[in-house]
Amino acid sequence: MKKYLHLFFGLLLLYACKESTNEVVLAEVPAVNTSKGSIEVVDFSGLQKQYLEKESPALLVVNFWATWCKPCVKELPAFEELGVAFKDQGVEVILVSLDFPENIEKGVIPFIQAHGLQNKVVLLDDSDANSWIPLVSKEWSGAIPATLIIDRKGTSHFFEQSFSFEQLEHEVKLLL
Amino acid sequence: MKKFIVLVTLLCIGSIGFSGFTKIETSLDGYKIGDTATDFKLKNVDGSLVSLSDYKKAKGFIVIFTCNTCPYAVASEDRINALDAEFKEKGYPVIAINPNNPNVQPDDTFEKMKEKSAEKAFTFPYLYDESHSIYAKYGAKKTPHAYVLQKEKNKYIVKYIGAIDDNVRNGAEVKNRFLANAVNELLQGKKVSVPETKAIGCSVKA
Repeated sequence: MKKYLHLFFGLLLLYACKESTNEVVLAEVPAVNTSKGSIEVVDFSGLQKQYLEKESPALLVVNFWATWCKPCVKELPAFEELGVAFKDQGVEVILVSLDFPENIEKGVIPFIQAHGLQNKVVLLDDSDANSWIPLVSKEWSGAIPATLIIDRKGTSHFFEQSFSFEQLEHEVKLLL
Repeated sequence: MKKFIVLVTLLCIGSIGFSGFTKIETSLDGYKIGDTATDFKLKNVDGSLVSLSDYKKAKGFIVIFTCNTCPYAVASEDRINALDAEFKEKGYPVIAINPNNPNVQPDDTFEKMKEKSAEKAFTFPYLYDESHSIYAKYGAKKTPHAYVLQKEKNKYIVKYIGAIDDNVRNGAEVKNRFLANAVNELLQGKKVSVPETKAIGCSVKA
């Protein structure tokens, strides 16, 4: 019981702290719809709530990328292949685009369609990167591509590097 | 209950206040705050060779690893010019260095650096890290990636590493000028209060 009481107050404290800092958190932005398609746009707290902290699948693979980032575009097929190959084992892949929001209609959505991306793509629109980069990982310099793998226990594994499918498969098998 | 709310509020303030002083732990290779940075001799867009030691009167430097191509670097160009205008006379000139290998990033050639410098009327040297070794010594992982060095007994001590400000994408919406604040603190003889910050950037292509 005591344990639960601690947990309760901990949560209450977290909640209260969250409330008190709410004014500095950007409002959540809903999906941006264009004539060509739509994409979900989130700020960092939205990304955390909706994806990073939700009831975890066996493994959540979060890739930070952008259409203008060459090494990111180059490694996207590996993440696509991973999404398909490990779907049955509960591996979920999310592609978090760091493209500029003004480029959604002309850049991001056409890119997703041209490449036929099957993984979930969300656009992270949160300009104060200094506040959220360390929340993804203290190891992250801010360079992309970068990949975060969250395992079943909720433990994060961070990689500031490019991946081939084989490398990705290796990491995933280690963590599954 | 009231007491509890007060307690929670205090704890929140405490945690926010404390986090402001918590040093961001990094596992980056390269320099850490307080390290001595290396001088270099790199080719400038005007054909001259530039070293930190050329600047006899400088109190320090704003060294920014940047490039022609990265959208975050492009978005920062006007702000880098503005930093040079603000701090050159005060003793902290800007030195920009392109670490990218044009074999990997074709638009980051020396020729295109010249074009960029002319087109944007850069007031500062824009150097080419041709051997791709200087960025590695500094530990620059991305463009833009900024360092503030202070000259102390002819050594260049690293005082700040990170972002130019808190909004790379949009200069008009900047609320916190991290780098300018650091230089101003050094000019006032103070310790840099926020010595390390993070920003999204393009990985160095060397």
